[in-house]
Amino acid sequence: MTASLAGTGTLTRLAVRRDRVLLPIGILGITSFAVSSAKATLALYPTVASMDAGIKTIFASPSAVALYGPISDPTDPDALAVVKTTMFGAVLLAIFGYAVVRRHTRSEEEDGRFELVGAGVVGRRAPLTAAVAVATASVLLTCLLTGLGYAAIGMDVAGSLAAASGWAATGLAFVGLAAVAAQLASTARGCAGLTMGALGVLFLLRAVADAGTGVPGWLSWVSPVGWTSRADAFGSDRSWVVLLGVGLLAGCLVVAFALLQRRDLGAGLLPARRGRAHAGATLTGPVGLARRLGRSSTIGWTTGMLVGGLVIGSLAKSALDMIADPAIADLLRKMGGGVGLLSDVYLSTELGFIAIIAAAYGVTTVLRWRSEEIQGHSELVLATATSRTRYAVGHLLVALLGTALLEFALGLGTVLADSSGGGALGGASRVLPAALIRLPAVWVCVGVAVAALGWLPRWTAPIGWGALAFSLIVGEFGGVFGLPGWLLDLAPFTHVPRMPVEAFALTPTLALVAVAAALCTVGVVGFRRRDIGG
Amino acid sequence: MTAPIEITGLHKSFGTTVALDGLDLTVAAGEIHGFLGPNGAGKSTTIRVLLGLLRADGGRAQLLGGDPWTDVETLHRQIAYVPGDVALWPNLTGGEVIDLLARLRGGLNPTRRDDLLARFDLDPTKKCRAYSKGNRQKVALVAALSSDAELLLLDEPTAGLDPLMDRVFRDYVDEVRTQGRTVLLSSHILSEVEALCDRVSIIRAGRTVESGTLAQLRHLTRTSVTATLERTPAATELAAMAGVHDVVLDGSKVTLSADTDHIGAVLSGLGAYGIQTLTSQPPTLEELFMRSYAS
Repeated sequence: MTASLAGTGTLTRLAVRRDRVLLPIGILGITSFAVSSAKATLALYPTVASMDAGIKTIFASPSAVALYGPISDPTDPDALAVVKTTMFGAVLLAIFGYAVVRRHTRSEEEDGRFELVGAGVVGRRAPLTAAVAVATASVLLTCLLTGLGYAAIGMDVAGSLAAASGWAATGLAFVGLAAVAAQLASTARGCAGLTMGALGVLFLLRAVADAGTGVPGWLSWVSPVGWTSRADAFGSDRSWVVLLGVGLLAGCLVVAFALLQRRDLGAGLLPARRGRAHAGATLTGPVGLARRLGRSSTIGWTTGMLVGGLVIGSLAKSALDMIADPAIADLLRKMGGGVGLLSDVYLSTELGFIAIIAAAYGVTTVLRWRSEEIQGHSELVLATATSRTRYAVGHLLVALLGTALLEFALGLGTVLADSSGGGALGGASRVLPAALIRLPAVWVCVGVAVAALGWLPRWTAPIGWGALAFSLIVGEFGGVFGLPGWLLDLAPFTHVPRMPVEAFALTPTLALVAVAAALCTVGVVGFRRRDIGG
Repeated sequence: MTAPIEITGLHKSFGTTVALDGLDLTVAAGEIHGFLGPNGAGKSTTIRVLLGLLRADGGRAQLLGGDPWTDVETLHRQIAYVPGDVALWPNLTGGEVIDLLARLRGGLNPTRRDDLLARFDLDPTKKCRAYSKGNRQKVALVAALSSDAELLLLDEPTAGLDPLMDRVFRDYVDEVRTQGRTVLLSSHILSEVEALCDRVSIIRAGRTVESGTLAQLRHLTRTSVTATLERTPAATELAAMAGVHDVVLDGSKVTLSADTDHIGAVLSGLGAYGIQTLTSQPPTLEELFMRSYAS
């Protein structure tokens, strides 16, 4: 046992050294996001009396509960201060913990660096132990700093502790799940698919359990994503939920180490399958290649969007039933930025939020293009009679049409679930255009990443994800932070006609398409002009 | 007809690192041209400029009469390439990669594809992530050699192949030669270059230091001669002969090195002392290579 852990300390230091930028950015980024948002909200509403009754009601509505989790105590300003960031933060923390584990396990193994390390005095369990140690420490540090931050800006101490514990429960659970996924999948991409797929399913399970009607109470304890809401920070303060996270992490580690003992280095437990000896009829050119490379990812994301649509559609009825009070109804219309049917406001809010997820798929597609280049695959293709432009078009088409497919799947899922539940949202002719109208803004996000790839290739990932984070923060938190108008205008989603609340508007739609086209063109021109590689 | 590859004074830097510093290279039609140099000398950079993957900072590079940077589509139909470090798509099979690269180039010869797969003993149904380094190399070689490309750019193509597979590769290159196609073969394996190549260019630090046929290059160097003589000569007599260097006299046994273009005169000079035994060794490529780097 001790021998199989030999070298853990060295590997842990190596991991910290390699991630000396990533870890502080992750820890401080998530912490400052939560604490500064809470501080800004408290400054807006210092007392319970100053809070608008309507705002409390909005956060109690099923559509908000599905996204943000239930509000713990509508009479406590502290609870209101964290309601928008708690669930987002938990998801970010889950992704952070998973990413650290994956980086130092399956990715290292796939790139062959483990082989070099494994030839030294390094026990079989050491790499996984080191990765889990670094991830666990990072998650706990983030939670600790956030809890301290909440207390430091004058929020209730017991509540701050419960908030930190809820996050820790979710974060540690995903450290454990990632450790198992890294043993099951034989590739880093497969590990990402398993863990992120689990995150999506568990998030939806939590959304249904929290917001659905007629759902048994215990269901909301099943999803580790839900443990963050179950901590009920600034309400009943169940700090002990952190034990659920610790327990799941421990259980996952037992499973992961057992799997580790049974497999070869570089292999997974899900066996590699054989394939065809000849290329199929679709694998003929750069478009076919880009589509093939993105196939499994596109199928996964499309399925996720379809399921997301089904959830939106099935929650529609309970969302609308709940709003009977005409005063609240009036307020909701105003909050939605326009006067319209309540069902339209609900639909527009949900679709607007999920469009960011479609944009995330678009950015990952551009990043695949970049990683093809780094790994030397682009070189093979560009050494054939394939021009840079045709090669670029292959990847661009997958990003642009793939995001369209995602938005369509989202709309389709919504329509299917809604029509089987009474059709409160108004059928395909209202839902589908509302889903697709977000596409030009999604394409602008893709365009930003493409422009970066063309001119600042090494910065493709930070710029692509940065643009997306900016859109998300401005869209979701622009109001809370009181951001200036020009900053709001920089975010592409600000300009989308919020269908079906607002009518279709040609000018902003065309303008967004033009900006997206210009950014893509600039990116491709840059890609044509520069050296391939590094 | 212009030479398939004509490079004069090529320059390329990456930041402050100078990769190519006035490189010259001419490869004539129908020849197998060895491209030698130590690690980091600029071999791969040169090939990547020829492929239009890198843009040269200065100098002139012509490929099959065209500009490698601008005429990508027309030129690459006539080129097959094997990279030095073969990276393949982990989720595609070897067979799919071979077909894909061929289709992108404009077709392959199916009979030759099957023949190569059989002779290289390669299973095309395996996913690329399951291949060893040598097998990935074979995938790239099958894709390149099964084409009818006029010019083959091979960047250390046999690194990772076992001697049996190396044999298969050499047979195919011989076949390519009889078909009158052209090959630029960058390599570290000097015996391979010696066996295959008609002409050789040796580069160092981004510059060409030697170029010519092996015979021409050998002329630039010395042949070592060891002889046992009937009558012992004076060392000064021997050293006075034109083209003779490094004379060592040990009783009746003499060891010296002679300029290769004076070897006839040196041997007849030794003949005057009565030769009992004689060995003479032409310089190996390894010696040429070492001499080019020693300076």
